[in-house]
Amino acid sequence: MLNIPAWPQALKILVMLVAVAALGACATADRHPAGTPADQWPGATDPDARAPGTLDPDVRTRPLGRDGRPLAEALDDPDSPLSTRVIYFEFDRDTVRSEFVDVIAAHGDYLSRDRDARVRLEGHTDERGTREYNLGLGERRAQSVRRMLMLQGARGEQIQVISYGEEMPAELGSNEEAWERNRRVEIVYEGEQ
Amino acid sequence: MKSLTRLLLLLLVIAPLIAQAALEIRITQGVEGAMPVAIVPFDWDGEASEAPEDIAGIIAANLNRTGRFSPADPDDMPQRPHGADEVSYATWRDQGSEYLVVGRLQQTGRDRYSVRFQLLDVASERQLTGYSIPVERDNLRRAAHMVSDIIYERLTGDRGAFDTQVAYVSLTRRDGDLRFALQVADADGHNPKTVFSSSQPIMSPAWSPDGRRLAYVSFENRRSEIYIQDLDGGNRTRVASHEGINSAPAWSPDGRRLALTLSRGGQPDIYVLDLSDQSLNRVTQHRAIDTEPAWMPDGRSIVFTSDRAGQPQLYEVPARGGQAQRLTFEGRYNGGVTISPDGRRLAMVHGSGGRFRIGLLDRDSRLFRTLTDSGMDESPSFAPNGSMIIYATSEGGRGVLAAVSEDGRVHQRLVLEDGEVREPAWSPFLD
Repeated sequence: MLNIPAWPQALKILVMLVAVAALGACATADRHPAGTPADQWPGATDPDARAPGTLDPDVRTRPLGRDGRPLAEALDDPDSPLSTRVIYFEFDRDTVRSEFVDVIAAHGDYLSRDRDARVRLEGHTDERGTREYNLGLGERRAQSVRRMLMLQGARGEQIQVISYGEEMPAELGSNEEAWERNRRVEIVYEGEQ
Repeated sequence: MKSLTRLLLLLLVIAPLIAQAALEIRITQGVEGAMPVAIVPFDWDGEASEAPEDIAGIIAANLNRTGRFSPADPDDMPQRPHGADEVSYATWRDQGSEYLVVGRLQQTGRDRYSVRFQLLDVASERQLTGYSIPVERDNLRRAAHMVSDIIYERLTGDRGAFDTQVAYVSLTRRDGDLRFALQVADADGHNPKTVFSSSQPIMSPAWSPDGRRLAYVSFENRRSEIYIQDLDGGNRTRVASHEGINSAPAWSPDGRRLALTLSRGGQPDIYVLDLSDQSLNRVTQHRAIDTEPAWMPDGRSIVFTSDRAGQPQLYEVPARGGQAQRLTFEGRYNGGVTISPDGRRLAMVHGSGGRFRIGLLDRDSRLFRTLTDSGMDESPSFAPNGSMIIYATSEGGRGVLAAVSEDGRVHQRLVLEDGEVREPAWSPFLD
């Protein structure tokens, strides 16, 4: 549950790989006198896929991470701390638990290296207490995460803070287990949702 | 006779005060002290074999819900008269009802009806009041609420609030999709109508004092914003969309200003928005969460929730800003205040021992007590006459609305459509 699979992003990467494969294919396709009709390029129906010969600008301009890989790729690496996108909190608290410090630091580091990256911090609470107070509490949680991201070098303009209070529970139910999973801040990268 | 009625009225006024001291016992005592009345099933004179609405049943349910009346079960009635001339008062004296309501629902046209009723005093064997109300089919329930208001006012001296409405937020899930809807229904939960709906959360509906507009919070743009919507034309305006939280709208008693919560200053604080020139005045400035403003009836001060002392508690601050005074000291959690129309009582969400119940603070005596006994009660809202409080609670994991009499003696679930409902707001008087 800690790893929320970001399916849309995963699909995007797949599409990108397909587009790269098409690039390789086009080297041979170019020699074909007739060529391949554009609508038959693999992934051509996807707006993210690009025609042969035009490199995906994202791939070219995205900076590299410490391991030399494109940063955007690291976002989808299940072994990277960046793959953790949900930070959980104690009841009525907004302090970040120690086990999430490294995760948030990794996201802050990522944002500091990719100045084009934008992130939404969505603060949530469990159902206990009044809805309006919980709106404030959700924001406080998101602000805690924001402060830590900025300590790592992320800039304010890269981060948008939204509170949903108790209005968008991750899990229904009035028990400790559900409450635990609802007290959270979700880190959502732009383009993911 | 008049003096007897006065005495009865006086007793009615005193009885709840005595009951307050009894605290929890009042629930097990049921409706002891409530005035025994009999709402005799109305005669039906029309085309269909059955009356289109059970007028007497609606009236009895309304009166019962206030905790001030104990309507007789129709099965226990010694006779079923429909006019004063058919009443055998001696049998009603034996049965114990102090007042009788008799009447007739008559069809006068294809879609036209007449509701005729008489309120009778069993002791003096006299009519206290009587009306004949012409009404269309769609307004039959409303006519029953109007009759309830007349009876309530005649017997208690206080204005009735049955012919009013309640706004609330409903939530339905279909195929995994969420649908939030802002709805307005009659005060007993019937006739719900959708005012606005969205796939994103809707929160905190608030009635304008003239009952014509609702202010509420909508996340339709993926962030909290405050809107004001007309209930007739549907004209809709966004009035607050600052960075951060825009929420908890509350109309000033004169309807010209809106108190609200904004976090554009870094943390949630109370502001007052002048609706005529859109000017914004900051009322609180504290690093704590300040939210859930409610105006005192004189418009001079605002009661709000703040966790500046570590836990959410209620505070009062001048509407122009200034020193905030703490009002609640009982329990770990007090928030979401609603203020009685006379300004003397504050109802709130009271959290202690892991349970959230509706608490009531008497400002003069400083007496605090809990009115409800469940664990997930929230969003209390006073009736415009202060006789009842509507609130949201949980039943089988589902959000439902309930009403409690201001003395805490009578609790009633409100009949509502399927789905989850929350955040009721009782309308002002609608004339």
